[in-house]
Amino acid sequence: MLEIDGLTARYGRAQILNGVSLTLGRNEVVALLGRNGAGKSTTMKSVMGLVRQTGGSIRHDGWEIRGRASHVICRAGIGYVPEDRRIFGELTVDENLEVGRRPAREGAPHWKTDHLFQLFPNLAERRRNLGKQLSGGEQQMLTIARTLMGNPSLVLLDEPSEGIAPVIVEQMANVISELKREGLSVLISEQNLHFAREVSDRAYIIEKGTMRYEGGFAELDANPDISTKYLAV
Amino acid sequence: MGFYLAQLLTGLANASSLFLIASGLSIIFGVTRIVNFAHGSFYMLGAYLAYTLVTTLNGGILGYWFSVLVAALIVGGIGLLVELTILRRIYRAPELFQLVATFGVVLIVQDATLAIWGAEDLLGPRAPGLDRAVRLMGEPIPEYDLALIAIGPAVLAAIWLLFHRTRWGILVRAATQDREMVGALGVNQAWLFSAAFVLGSALAGLGGALQIPREAVSLQMDLSIIGEAFVVVVIGGMGSVTGAFVAAVLISVLNAFAILIFPQISIVLPFVVMAVVLIVRPYGLFGRPGSEHGGAEEPEQPLRLLDQKSTMVLLALVAVLGFSPAVVSDFTTILLVDVMVATLFAVSLHFMMGIGGMVSFGHAAYFGVGAYAAAMAVKLLGWGMLPAMALGPIAAALAAIFFGWFCVRLSGVYLAMLTMAAAQILWGVTFQWQDVTGGDDGILGVWPAKWAASDRVFFYVAFILCLGGIWVLRRVAHSPFGYTLRGIRDSRIRAEAIGVDTRFHQWMGFTLAGTLAGMAGAVFVFSKGSVFPDALSIGHSIDGLIMVLLGGIHALGGPVYGAMAMVLIEDWVSRLDYWRFIFGGIILTVVLLAPDGIAGGVRRLGQLVRRDAA
Ligand SMILES: Nc1ncnc2c1ncn2[C@@H]1O[C@H](COP(=O)(O)OP(=O)(O)OP(=O)(O)O)[C@@H](O)[C@H]1O
Ligand SMILES: [Mg+2]
Repeated sequence: MLEIDGLTARYGRAQILNGVSLTLGRNEVVALLGRNGAGKSTTMKSVMGLVRQTGGSIRHDGWEIRGRASHVICRAGIGYVPEDRRIFGELTVDENLEVGRRPAREGAPHWKTDHLFQLFPNLAERRRNLGKQLSGGEQQMLTIARTLMGNPSLVLLDEPSEGIAPVIVEQMANVISELKREGLSVLISEQNLHFAREVSDRAYIIEKGTMRYEGGFAELDANPDISTKYLAV
Repeated sequence: MGFYLAQLLTGLANASSLFLIASGLSIIFGVTRIVNFAHGSFYMLGAYLAYTLVTTLNGGILGYWFSVLVAALIVGGIGLLVELTILRRIYRAPELFQLVATFGVVLIVQDATLAIWGAEDLLGPRAPGLDRAVRLMGEPIPEYDLALIAIGPAVLAAIWLLFHRTRWGILVRAATQDREMVGALGVNQAWLFSAAFVLGSALAGLGGALQIPREAVSLQMDLSIIGEAFVVVVIGGMGSVTGAFVAAVLISVLNAFAILIFPQISIVLPFVVMAVVLIVRPYGLFGRPGSEHGGAEEPEQPLRLLDQKSTMVLLALVAVLGFSPAVVSDFTTILLVDVMVATLFAVSLHFMMGIGGMVSFGHAAYFGVGAYAAAMAVKLLGWGMLPAMALGPIAAALAAIFFGWFCVRLSGVYLAMLTMAAAQILWGVTFQWQDVTGGDDGILGVWPAKWAASDRVFFYVAFILCLGGIWVLRRVAHSPFGYTLRGIRDSRIRAEAIGVDTRFHQWMGFTLAGTLAGMAGAVFVFSKGSVFPDALSIGHSIDGLIMVLLGGIHALGGPVYGAMAMVLIEDWVSRLDYWRFIFGGIILTVVLLAPDGIAGGVRRLGQLVRRDAA
């Protein structure tokens, strides 16, 4: 589904990723763990074509997407949910969804607004409100719903649990399970180990732009020194 | 009472045409983030095209309105051409490149228009069916003005519907906030940008076409409207069409009444209003701070210190320059003075932009203040050359302290716009204040003192002052103050976090750059013997930007090459017909093919030579 191999990327003169490798199978939910500044968001942005990558390869269903424009990557079936949400504050909820709407794609579920409003009931009541009038949790739901409007087969979720109320975090976990039931693959970047364990099948740990760990959660729990070394603050 | 009503209606009619132009400019900026100087050129082309269509079709009411619409559509097509061939390649380039590139388009369009329609002003026909005046409360009101008053809001409503009721409009509004995110959601930004550019250009064309019954169609239409259009866009908030409408009405109505009290005010009023609005609301009436995303600029390269070898080369060049009057002709000596003045001006602007991170569209103001202060010291106060020359930079410093205090409160495009407003205000003052500045006739007969009257001696006066000024700026650039300025340029937040008073540093940087521009102006006035208001004009500020860009922004040596190239190109090319066309072509070539300027080109050449030698 997604194979990242030896990816390097930089901002200006600062090298941020030093050869990141990661694979994600069909209908798999994988967590990308790491401390602040470890390079989780940069990895996702690289997949999306939003930072300049200097080397390595990123393949989606065997097709090389590194170096392509982000709209092309999106149209290939990769949905991106950024960490700071980036909803369009001056647009209504409906209009935000409209921006994300793409034609149906073969091999991926086709999302309609009705279905999304079932998944995110809070949004249904706020369809005519401006994005900036929503609460943090509602904005987080809107940004996921907006991405789903593009009918992706793979979703990159950047820290979905960050800065939202515990109730909503629970709701978020349900949404991710629903995505998996619908047949999507999901890559989640997280600092919240508890949340990540609840929703994902396995995990990667990134630190200073390099992968340090790959494996299941059981293994990770059995070796507490790994999480102390790369995750604890 | 009737008189005031008539005045109000005139103001509203003017507001409508101003709105048409400004709305297009605002849409283009909102989506593409390009400050499009060529927008005035599209307006001018709209007027010329409509003139030709109306006079050849000569088809009554229907023919008139048909011509106006077709002219707007053709201009939209021209806009598409410009977008596809030029702007599309530079969306990721720094603002300066985009600005100078669109100015290259201005020059090319000017000469193309001259070639097609000739230099004579063209008097358009009146609009059939609307060629009379109606009496309202006893005052005659042109019917055409009433039509315009209706057209403005109608266009606003149409744009509103387009932006809120169509998918395309929703995408445009989304892109105005965060275009990178729109791309990540699968929208091809390139086509969104093209379409926005076509719409914006067509609106400018419409504004120009509708103007033909009201004013003569002339080659000055482009630059005469662009300043005011920018003002309206900035006051309204860049990217906001509603804001542009409100601002156009505000400016035009204020103007209609202000000229009753103070007839000279119309030149500076818009800029004064803009300065006031920006100080109170830094993003304009309806504007919002842009998203941090999507400004996908190429990261700045750090400035390099010259290595020892290059320093030797530089010193050798200075020595050659110092001895040159002994061998070259008088004519060349004078040309070399021009080069030195231009270089100091360019280096001071480079200091402000490259080191201080403040893009200025109005740096010529300080050059002009320096020149005028020196000239007035001679003419009004009877001072000698040296004290008058000293007064130049002092006056420029005072002006820079005053305007800089306001400007450093803003950043990015808004700062640039405020510098332009400051320059326009000063230009308006010199232009209008006939008794003191001589107005349009300038100040003549400002010649060097007797001992410096020969071209050679004056060369050395200029040599010492200009090279001294450049040396000072270089030293400061590499002093702790210079490093702090660069730190602020790269990350204001980080600089503030470590306790730097960023505004104060930028204010002082602004003042220093202005002071040395004033010094260049003081030398300039004695070398030419005269000064005119165009020393402070937007055109001259853009000359400065072109020099910095031609030379390359990333190297301290850049402005030196740029100024040399500029003076030499102007000297050669301006003797030719259609020199603007050639000059515009040169600018576009540099922007598109050698974005690191002459300095970058020279360095790459050096690397090639070295590699071959190795
Ligand atoms: N636009 C940028 N310019 C320069 N450096 C950046 C930029 N964005 C991120 N960085 C740097 O890149 C590194 C990795 O950042 P990244 O955002 O990928 O981390 P992260 O793992 O997502 O962290 P967080 O948990 O805080 O979101 C950090 O050191 C950060 O300072
Ligand atoms: Mg992150």
